[in-house]
Order: sequence, then C-alpha cells, then structure tokens
Amino acid sequence: MSLQRQPVGETPDGLDYDALAELLDGYVLDREQHLNCEAFVIRPDDVAAVLSTLRDRAAFDHLSLVTAQEYRDRYESIYHLKKYDDPTQELSLVVPTPRDQPHSQSGADVFDTAIWHEREAYDLVGIEYDDHPDLRRILLPETWQGHPLSLDYNQDKPQIVPLREHANPMEGRTDVADRSDTMFINIGPHHPATHGVLHLKTVVDGEQVVDIDPDIGYLHRCEEQMCQQSTYRHQIMPYPDRWDYVSAGILNEWAYARAAESLADIDVPVYAQVLRTMSAELCRICAHLLAIGTFALDIYGEFTAIFMYAVTDRERIQNLLEELTGQRLMFNYLRLGGVAWGLPEPRAEYLETVRSVMAEFPDRLEEYHNLLTSNELFQMRVLDTGVLPAETAKSYGATGPVARGSGIDYDLRRDDPYGYYDELDWEVVTDDGGDNFSRALVRLQEMEQSARIVRQCVDVLADWSGEREIQSDVPRTVKPGGEVYRAVEGAKGELGIYIRADGTDTPARFKIRSPAFSNLQTLEVLAEGEYIADMIATLGSLDIVLGEVDR
Amino acid sequence: MSDNQLHDTLDEAQQTTREARTGEGVDERYNSRLRQAFGDSPFILTKFDAFMNWVRGNSMFILLFGIACCSIEMMHTYATKHDLDRFGAGVPRASPRQADVIIVPGTIVSKFGPRMRRVYDQMPEPKFVVSMGSCTISGGPFQEGYNVIKGVEELIPVDIHVPGCPPRPEALVYGVLKLQEQVQAGESAPVTVKPYELRQFGDLEEDELVQKLAAEIDEDDLVMRYDWTER
Ligand code: SF4
Repeated sequence: MSLQRQPVGETPDGLDYDALAELLDGYVLDREQHLNCEAFVIRPDDVAAVLSTLRDRAAFDHLSLVTAQEYRDRYESIYHLKKYDDPTQELSLVVPTPRDQPHSQSGADVFDTAIWHEREAYDLVGIEYDDHPDLRRILLPETWQGHPLSLDYNQDKPQIVPLREHANPMEGRTDVADRSDTMFINIGPHHPATHGVLHLKTVVDGEQVVDIDPDIGYLHRCEEQMCQQSTYRHQIMPYPDRWDYVSAGILNEWAYARAAESLADIDVPVYAQVLRTMSAELCRICAHLLAIGTFALDIYGEFTAIFMYAVTDRERIQNLLEELTGQRLMFNYLRLGGVAWGLPEPRAEYLETVRSVMAEFPDRLEEYHNLLTSNELFQMRVLDTGVLPAETAKSYGATGPVARGSGIDYDLRRDDPYGYYDELDWEVVTDDGGDNFSRALVRLQEMEQSARIVRQCVDVLADWSGEREIQSDVPRTVKPGGEVYRAVEGAKGELGIYIRADGTDTPARFKIRSPAFSNLQTLEVLAEGEYIADMIATLGSLDIVLGEVDR
Repeated sequence: MSDNQLHDTLDEAQQTTREARTGEGVDERYNSRLRQAFGDSPFILTKFDAFMNWVRGNSMFILLFGIACCSIEMMHTYATKHDLDRFGAGVPRASPRQADVIIVPGTIVSKFGPRMRRVYDQMPEPKFVVSMGSCTISGGPFQEGYNVIKGVEELIPVDIHVPGCPPRPEALVYGVLKLQEQVQAGESAPVTVKPYELRQFGDLEEDELVQKLAAEIDEDDLVMRYDWTER
C-alpha cells in the first residue's frame, strides 16, 4: 500500500459506507442499494472531484466499468469502482443527468480507462461528457445517425454510409503536416497481425511509432442489445460464448451465470460447481494456448511449429470439452443454477481421459518453454519491449495476464471467490517484468495452474459419493429485480456484467465489462516510442479478441 | 547389382534407376487414369478453358482473413488435425492480391462491410467466395442487431455457403471441396449487384435523413445504405 494513511472506510469486516459518505460530504445526494454494493448518487459536475477523492483517500484504484443507460425521465452513468487489493470492496457512483441536457463531467482526468468507456457511452447511449479529451464515436461509424441503445432509437430507419468510407485511407496521408519525416501507416482492419478486425492508425517516424490510434468497432455485433431482448432463463446463455470466442466460452457463460444467479438469488449445487470449475479451466487452457500460438506467429512469423503445436494441443482439449458439452467451440453448457448435463457415460472412462491429457500437459508446457521462453531469439525479441508499469496498468483498468505480467496480484478466482476455486490448491501467477516476455510467461505458467485445478477437480469428481445434482430448482421464467455488477476471471481478465432488472423476464440494461477492451487501451502507451515491429509483438502479448473488445 | 554401381553411359544409368523404382512386375502406380488416357501419345487435346479450370480447382490460394468466431474454426481447419492442405488449398495468403478464394468467417457489421468489399475488390479475377457460418448467410444469432449486415451476399457474390454456428472444420473442408468441384466444372456464382450499392443517392427515399445528409455528401459521392427493413 503506497498510501501512508489508512484508506477511509476500510474496516476488518468490509467497507464502511457511512465513513465513505462522510468523506464525500456535500457530494452525495442520495444512497442507493445495489445488490453487489452501495451506490452514491452525485451531481454531474462533481464526477472528477469525487473520483479523485475516492482514489486518493479511500484507495479505490480500479475503475472497472462505466455503464450508461437511459430511463424515461433521465440518463444515468454509473462508475463501478473497486480496489485492486481487494475487489470485494466495491462502490458505485450514479450520475443522473436530465434528458434534455445529457451533459456530465468526464472522469478521464482521474482514470485513463474512462476515456474509452465514456466514448462508448456517448456512442451507444448519447450522454455527452464535458472536458473529455476526445469525445467521438468509438464502435459505430462516424456517420451513424442516432444512439442505438437510447430509448427512442428507431432501428428500422435506414443508415446511410457514404462510400467515402470505402476510400483508400492512405490517400493524401502519407505524411503528417509540418513533420515531413513522419509517415502515416494504416494497419488493418484486414491484417494478419491484428488478430481479427482491428484497425490501427499509426504514425511512424522511420521505424518508430510516434502515434497510434486503435480504431475498433469492426466487430460490434450489438451483443448488449441482443441480451437485452432475450429472456434470462435460456435465451441469453448462448451469447456469452461469442464474446471471447477463442474457446473461452464457459468462462464467459460463467460471468453471465454469476450475475444472473446473484440477481435472482439462485443457488448452485456443489457438484455443478465442480463441473463448472473444471470445464472453465479447460477453456482457459485453450484460450491461453491460442494466445501463445498466435503470439509466436506474430513475432517469428512462422506458421509451422509453435502455432501447430498449440492448435494440436487445443484439439486435444476441445475433444474433452466436446464430449462434455456437445460442442467444439460454442459450448452453451452453463444454465442458471447449474450446468446442462453431467459427465458423459461411462464416467470413469471420461475422467481417465481427462486425467491422462492433463498428466501429459506439463511435458507439453516444457516444450513451449523450450521453444519460447528459454529461446534466445524469443528473448531478444520480447524482453524489455512494451513495458507496462503497474501504475499505468491500474489507471487503464488492465486485468488478467496483462495486469499480472506487470506485477499486480489480482485474480478474481482467489480475491472474490466463486465456484469451487477456494476449495482447491493453486496459485496466482504474477511476474514483475511488465514487458511482452512477462505476459507470455504468465500465460504459460497459468496454464500449468489451470491443469493443476483440472486434475484436482477430476479427483473430486471421481471420488464423488453423494447425489450428483447438476441443477437446482429454477422457475421457468425468471423475473428478478434490482441492479447488480458481478465479475469473474475470464481468459483475458475481469469479465463483468452489469444487469438492471426491472421485474420483467428480460434485462432492462445489460452491460458487459470486457477485459480486452481495457487491455487494448494500454496499447497507446505501450507502443508509442517503440519500433513498429515491437508494436506488433506488444499487440500480440496483450492478447485481445475482437469479439470481446467490440461486443 | 550393388547400390553404388557406376555406369558408363547415361542410358545405362537411367535404366538402372527405372528398374530400381519400378521393381519387378507391373507397378500399379504408373497406370493412372491419366496415363491410360494418354495412351502412347505424349499429348492431350483439351480445351484451354477446361484445362485452366482443372488447374484452378486444384490449386487454390485462400486469403488469410479472420473476422469472428468462425475464423477460429477456420484456423483449426488449416492446422494439423484437419489439414486443408491435403486438398491443395492449405496455404493462406496474407495479401488479397495473391489470393483467389476468400472464406468469409464471421459476422459483418456496418463498419466492416465497406472494408471487406475493398479486400474483395483487390483480389484478382477469377475469384471465389465461401461464406462460413450462419452470420454470413443471414446475420445468424445477431440478425436483429442494429449494426449487423444480414448476410455477406448483401456485399459480394457467394459461391458456397457453409451453414453452422460455427461450422465444424469437417464442414468447411466439405465446402472447399464442393467449391473445387464447382470450379473444375467451370461454374461460379452469378455476380449480382444488391440494392445495397446505389449510385448517387437519388434512389433513396426523400426522408429527413437524406435531406440532412444531402448537404453533407457531395454529388458524385457514391452511397450505400443498410436498409434493415428489406429482409
Ligand atoms: S456463425 Fe456463429 S460462430 Fe460463426 S461468426 Fe457467426 S456467431 Fe460466430
């Protein structure tokens, strides 16, 4: 803890909201009860002051999400705050703004991560943030008319996009005014190194990156709208599979399941929790394998050894998952209150297969370590490039392997326990390097821990003697009420869901906190001043997946 | 005869090599259908077009093009287990100028549509399109999204549709094989121009949006529109 003083409101048994309210005396208009924490209502022109007070005096150093939504009578931005040291200590700030004047002060001065979150809020809902450094659309094309998640948006109205959008972006932009030795380079949205459809507007000076502007939204599939028009019980669950689609499906489903279960107060049987934990960790291994494989592809440019090894290992694990869930990629396995089905029969045989794949896994990892981390060429390429200091990482809301590679000891599986994790014996991997090497190393070591978790789950399942209950009683239609923000540790970091339920069977607002979105934002700091080839390595080590960035 | 025997003449050497390769008796490997068709003559007579189609179908260069979830399965199709290379279509090209097949693996949204069209335009003729996944057929699970283009055929002509969400690698392999068959037979999808490409947006109904944009868009500018009501 860098602060000398004891942070306000921190007590041995949780947060003392009264003390916090006292700290913010004069700012707090009202106090609301959300299911995960208390929410303070503040005036739209106090946002920066309140955020910085909370960060400096009460150690709320993690702005995990900014949710914007529209009510019949007002707009509302919610700032979800947490602590990197203890993510169970949460606080939400609710900032209402009138409908005819949706202006609110920006929090971008206090937390860098607010820059993108507020741009998204402006883009989709239409709240304008004063003093924002760069308030323009982020996901939709610049020419878009209207704000699609606002209440009176008419989706049937045709959108017109001039074919100007289709024009060659390089034209007339090969140099930047009054710096004649710089050059504008357009990377993406179709480019093999951008891991999908990311567009990087890059200005280079010789080989060095002077300025980089990631342009996202090329895969904005309206996930939030889709979830808002689907019912809680069955219809939403298939969508999370498609956020982080590199076989991390079950991790994402768990994010939704966790949020909805705490909203509707549903219990999950222990046996189902073990199944969830096991399948989720298999997914994590798959996702990290792909990250490592494509990272090697980015920096070595070879399509033969490491990438193929990674895919071969993924196939092995996908086979296990397919047998369990019935699907190779889009598992749709979790249900509210449990899982879709139990272990495939014969159970003992299946568990034996899992066990043998996991028993081989340390050897496989040894191979990756030989090919990558202990390879001199690899080290020369990635050591000390793309260095992300811990303080910057926090300000940008980085989580997952990106944060852990910068020495931030933050893992929701341990810090905000769910599922069966706290019964098992495993460790959170961190590394202090903060560079591209550390992030790759953390992923490799995390796979080892995941394999360890899976092995223990298999043991638990094999020795299970009681009732094999995979699903608790859940009514056919779930009609909860209230507001909740809950997160799980996804493959890329903190994957959170905010749901506002209004008593109907569909959510009134469904907001996804995507870890890759926040992680990608750090690229601006990481890449500027680096060589362009190192920028590609940095992008690879951030391990973004555009389905999750754009949602 | 020892392996390392030296020969006096070239003829002799070739003779030995041939014997070593074919061994005793008749080797079936050399009686391919092609050889039978040739008969004694070293020439084949065929139409140049037919020959080109045959060549084209057997040597496909697919564009390295990933969009969404389906591209993960596409990668698996290229890689070890499924190995698309077995069918002469396994070396993805990173540049559209070197590719003649594009697999469209994923959801197309309004911002990406023009870009994809641009990539397609950059590919040399003749070019073929495989659309992979429900998203490229109809918008798939995201069909009702405000930002989603309802199928890739709104933008480019498609030869083969591979349904599924995502299609299994086996399905994609089957799709590529079907495309090869089609190409060898000299067929490809008719080029249809969808209502999407409207010249000079006079075709658009005069609503207030058009009015507003009329001031902003200059006369010769082409426009396209995403009309959600049409499907
Ligand atoms: S068809 Fe399914 S798997 Fe493929 S891109 Fe669309 S949503 Fe993803």
